[in-house]
Amino acid sequence: MELLLQQVMAGLANGAIYACMALAVVMIYQAIDHLNFAQGEMAMFSTFIAWQLIAWGLPYWVAFALAVVVSFIAGVLIDRVLFRPVQNAPVLSQVVAFIALFSILNSSAGQIWDYTIKTFPTPFGHKPLFGGTLIDTHEAGMIGVTLVMLGLLYTFFRGTRLGLAMRAAAANPESARLVGIRVGWMTALGWGMAAAIGAVAGMLIAPVVFLEPNMMLGVLLYGFAGAVLGGLTSPAGAVAGGFAVGIIENLAGTFIPYFGRELKLTFALIMIVVVLMFRPSGIFGRRVVSRV
Amino acid sequence: MTTVPKEDIAVSAAAVPVTRALRVKPSARHLIIAGTIVIALLVPLFAKSFVIFQLTEVMIYGLAILGLNLLTGFNGQFSLGHSAFYGIGAYAAAILTHNYDVPYLWTFPAAGGVCFVVGFLFGLPALRLQNLYLALATFALATAMPQILKFHALENWTGGVQGLVVDQPDPPSFLPVDSDQWLYYLTLIVVLVMFAAAANLIRSRTGRAIMAIRDNSIAAAAMGINTSLYKTLTFGVSALFTGVAGALGAFAVAYVSPDSFTIFFSISLLVGLVIGGVGSIPGCLVGGLFVLYLPNIANSLSTGLAGAIYGVILLIVIFVMPAGAAGFARFALARLQSLSRS
Repeated sequence: MELLLQQVMAGLANGAIYACMALAVVMIYQAIDHLNFAQGEMAMFSTFIAWQLIAWGLPYWVAFALAVVVSFIAGVLIDRVLFRPVQNAPVLSQVVAFIALFSILNSSAGQIWDYTIKTFPTPFGHKPLFGGTLIDTHEAGMIGVTLVMLGLLYTFFRGTRLGLAMRAAAANPESARLVGIRVGWMTALGWGMAAAIGAVAGMLIAPVVFLEPNMMLGVLLYGFAGAVLGGLTSPAGAVAGGFAVGIIENLAGTFIPYFGRELKLTFALIMIVVVLMFRPSGIFGRRVVSRV
Repeated sequence: MTTVPKEDIAVSAAAVPVTRALRVKPSARHLIIAGTIVIALLVPLFAKSFVIFQLTEVMIYGLAILGLNLLTGFNGQFSLGHSAFYGIGAYAAAILTHNYDVPYLWTFPAAGGVCFVVGFLFGLPALRLQNLYLALATFALATAMPQILKFHALENWTGGVQGLVVDQPDPPSFLPVDSDQWLYYLTLIVVLVMFAAAANLIRSRTGRAIMAIRDNSIAAAAMGINTSLYKTLTFGVSALFTGVAGALGAFAVAYVSPDSFTIFFSISLLVGLVIGGVGSIPGCLVGGLFVLYLPNIANSLSTGLAGAIYGVILLIVIFVMPAGAAGFARFALARLQSLSRS
């Protein structure tokens, strides 16, 4: 029982990382209707910018805010410069454009800041929480920030006119344009927000996995898995899915004898596929019904 | 995910009368194919052995992309798992020759058969999943494959982390070719047979059913097409093509190891597919060229920024030809025709 609790808590801590990423993934999916394969690299690049600002002597929170703003602007620019010209290209061509962006960001970060591992500061510290060894203050802070971000996003999308316009532009671009919503700018805004959320996610994750150009690779994969498991139409579902993936991963590694340790990732993924077979739109996702 | 312009159906339907007319007068299309084959036959007599090896690889990647194209381009099912099928094919060939001394020619049908079964079985749960969810499921397959190949209980067959060394096939004694040239010709023969088979499959009644499911699966079902059966079968056939490519790849590299078959290989196959042209059979070979040469070109321009240059070239290609090389060729041809008419 003690072991189970410990593994669940450790899973929650990993899950918080995945949940952060899953939230960013779902955000951009809501805005542009595609999975952004370069999401992790964008977050990594933002984190490097924050690291550079801190290295130049700025206080943590100033660097944090600046990195978020810069990422927002960069996200808008990426949409306007790179993705607007290919918006009518076939879907798979757009996927390749994401892969290209991934490759460009990864390689330039390696060139600018090299591939050595860097430590990234945390405002929460690394003290054990509640005197136990289960979870430390940074992990708790990370879970807290993720939930706060989720709450803010929920209010934004449900409660403001701009949020409503963004949802309309993503759900039905033609009709949205007819009622006077500027669909192109809503998409750009979605990119900006996803980049900003990615920046926050990256800065929260960096103290745990350390900062280097390939830090996001594994995280993004699990983030995708979490987002799809929870349902791509539901930000809250994505966060829950991210936590679930973290817990499943840890429990499979501990409790499945013989196979578990070596095939941990395999088991986590098989479990996700099995869940999807019974709930094809994810656990919390809405079924998308289309008119024939 | 209907990624191919609707005219494609018209093109492939129109291709039927063209073949019937072959007995009377060969079309430009057939002349181009025949010319390409003749050039392909002559190249190894003049080229250096490293170039021959690279061209062999191009054909192998082209064949693997063809497998992916059958599934994604013609049937509309997305896959990030084709590195796994390629890996299974490669390991099947390696295990059969290394552990059981099976003659190498038998490994191709064996690798294809194993991959067909695995692909068909994987196609069953995939029936329930669409688009991104299918992408995730196939992605899971691709990520799991290296771990499964490394798994300690299978080490007796797979060689674990170390992988297996594969003997290159010896050329038959009656042919005056060295082993690189022989491998090239062997690959060329297998690839030609497979490409011809794919072209005929697509042109047949079955092929039309496969494409009808891509364009509108509900309408296809209403026309009496058993969509589940065709989708799972296409998954199997697609895996078969990629698996045979994997077996050829194992002989070409003379070595298989788990980390050659990661998700990144799937992604480069996908890039090759898009650049060659989704839903185009000759485009697959163009894709094969890109998969092999693009990273090399990027690397030769700058080692540090190789990834960035690779990305920039990809973006330029997508900007210039959003529907891939095949779409670009079709566009250029139409332009030429309208110019000559006016």
